Amino acid sequence: MMRKLKTFRGGLHPPEHKERTARLPIEDCPLPEELVIPLSQHIGAPAEVCVAKGDKVSRGQLIGRARGFVSVPVHASTSGEVLAVEPRPHPSGKWLPAVVLRPDGADAWGEAPTPVDHRELAPEQLRELIRSAGVVGLGGAAFPTHVKLSPPPEKPIHTLLINGVECEPYLTADHRLMLEESARILTGIDILRRVLGARRVCIGIEANKPDAIAHLDEVCRGTEVEVAALAVKYPQGAEKQLIAALVGREVPSGGLPMDLGVVVHNVGTAAAVADAVAQGMPLIERVTTLTGPALVQPKNLRVRIGTPLRHLVEVCGGLKVDLAKIICGGPMMGAAQLSLEVPVVRGTSGVLLLGEDDKAARAEGACIRCGRCVRACPSSILPTTIAAYARLDRFEDAERFRAMDCIECGCCSYSCPAAIPLVQAVRHAKAAILARRRKL
Amino acid sequence: MERKLILSSSPHLHGEQSTEQIMRAVIYALLPACAVSIYFFGLPALRVLVLCTLGCVLAEIACQRLMRRPAAWRDGSAALTGILLALNLPPASPWWLALLGSAVAIVVGKQVYGGLGHNPFNPALVARVVLLISFPVQMTTWSAPTPLGSGLDLVTTATPLGEMKNAVMLTGRLPEALQGSSWDYFLGNMGGCLGEVSALALLLGAAYLFWKRILTWHIPLSYLGSVVVIAGIFWLVDPSRYPSPLFHLLTGGLMLGVFFMATDMVTSPVTPRGMLIFGVGCGLLTVLIRLFGGYPEGVSFAILLMNAATPLIDRYTRPRAFGEAPSSKAAG
Repeated sequence: MMRKLKTFRGGLHPPEHKERTARLPIEDCPLPEELVIPLSQHIGAPAEVCVAKGDKVSRGQLIGRARGFVSVPVHASTSGEVLAVEPRPHPSGKWLPAVVLRPDGADAWGEAPTPVDHRELAPEQLRELIRSAGVVGLGGAAFPTHVKLSPPPEKPIHTLLINGVECEPYLTADHRLMLEESARILTGIDILRRVLGARRVCIGIEANKPDAIAHLDEVCRGTEVEVAALAVKYPQGAEKQLIAALVGREVPSGGLPMDLGVVVHNVGTAAAVADAVAQGMPLIERVTTLTGPALVQPKNLRVRIGTPLRHLVEVCGGLKVDLAKIICGGPMMGAAQLSLEVPVVRGTSGVLLLGEDDKAARAEGACIRCGRCVRACPSSILPTTIAAYARLDRFEDAERFRAMDCIECGCCSYSCPAAIPLVQAVRHAKAAILARRRKL
Repeated sequence: MERKLILSSSPHLHGEQSTEQIMRAVIYALLPACAVSIYFFGLPALRVLVLCTLGCVLAEIACQRLMRRPAAWRDGSAALTGILLALNLPPASPWWLALLGSAVAIVVGKQVYGGLGHNPFNPALVARVVLLISFPVQMTTWSAPTPLGSGLDLVTTATPLGEMKNAVMLTGRLPEALQGSSWDYFLGNMGGCLGEVSALALLLGAAYLFWKRILTWHIPLSYLGSVVVIAGIFWLVDPSRYPSPLFHLLTGGLMLGVFFMATDMVTSPVTPRGMLIFGVGCGLLTVLIRLFGGYPEGVSFAILLMNAATPLIDRYTRPRAFGEAPSSKAAG
């Protein structure tokens, strides 16, 4: 670990703001009066509801069936009564079908989860357990985990990377998980490795979490799992950037990590995989960071899926200033929310509450061609050129300048002295290019 | 309460300097050079500085009024252009020259193209070259430095580069001894424009900009490096005819050009590779114009020529995107 820290091209150093919660142990969040469990909590087809208003459900009971391969089931986060199945505010900004559940307080499992020894199961059986537990990527993207565990036979996986980078400012949920629940993570890694048949396993952690690095280094001693400290630089936790740092190769444009024989899973996902297989428990809770200058008492919380943000804010002592912005996820890539009625979903890695003073709004000026966006761009594209084309509706030119290679990390917008919404314009270009491709 | 929530797309943080802060920092970085010019040339230098700065700001305001654009002079770019223009004028410039230059810089150099960020040429250099061609006498009447307190009156003199040029044109050889030593040139004790005289003051300002991460090394290093290499080759071939690289570095507007004009963000390439090409091009043209051109001084022309090449350079230096195969780079 004395070597120069590995990293990727480009990127930048936003202020970390992690000090508020980095030392706070994970607390169990009490159940709210009402849970709103969306049927769409993953990338892919939404689950199909299989309960109705008035039904009594038990903790972990299936309430939504997976529809198709890129889809996972949804389970009740606690025992109680189904109040409604109806559209509710969703972190995506839309109103989407959700199961509204009133907890009965007993928090009782229907049938007790059945732990299994994963070493006795074949990869297909493990994959099925992971899928039926509803495990998705917990780093924020919420991509169904079993899909990532099913590479085609012509693409053998030799390297499993575990993402403990957590490069978004403010967020510390993965950091705490690595410190407090490394055993779960290691079990999950063991399962993931067996499913994939990977030889090399490496956990990447940003060097600003020396305690987590030291701890995992210790618990991984004697195993074949490497722990790598990575340079502190945003977006070190982006999948392709993490691979570039740890494997030294670039995922081909338009390709997937499996093209290089690599699969990346988040540390939280590894822990959820361990629960799914070794404990027989579905994914009904996650660790998330409640933080932000507007909050009285930031916390790292273990939260049942479906808990409305309003409840979390109360648990954290309420607000000390008027809210200006609610963000699900980190400040660089998270999504602004319309209300505190939005629930925590599987992809909610953190909730950031900003007051009027922190909203960082600035009037847009003219591009002075300073090139900061170009230097910061981890995809090595020209954000200012693409944005200029996008604004002229010249999407073919934007595509020629490789708009589709944008990972939407926001480094360009962050670094722009004229406050030009560059990544927003590139996103617009990407959407238009995709729409045109679908039409052809 | 929730009516006031802001719904914007990520990122929700904004960092680093604003355009105004960048402009202000560059102005601060020029203050040592301004101070040295006032020290060596006294009140006339101060007068030129004030006239150009005010002239540019007023021209900017007037243009924005006339064109019904939002008044953006507060961004500091017009004031910066004014200071740069002043530093590019002789200390004895008459008042009308300074004001005319200001108007040319802002109107012809900047606003006709659409204002900040849209001008292809550095506005201060546009004004300097227009004035140089239109008023060659006023633009090449150089004052000998008369440090404050020395009690001397302003007398006219030649610049070291001009002296070199004349001697080489007349005799085919360098003058026996140029008027000053390298040390004098470094401190600024020589004839020349306000801002080109003191390499030391300009280097101080540049150091500040590096520290503030406003300058990157690409253009300054490639510019200086190519001047040293190319001038060095000529010097090695015939030291009696071609001056040493050190002389090139310390005289004329080189330091001012390298750190404050060539690095003008608006008119230089955006990619690091493009910046390197730009810098080398500036260095090559500067030396060639100085040695073989009609004017003794090549920095302004070199930078303007490379400004013209900037769109082309940008076009052919698109970086290889992450994960892009080396051969598939076809955008242009």
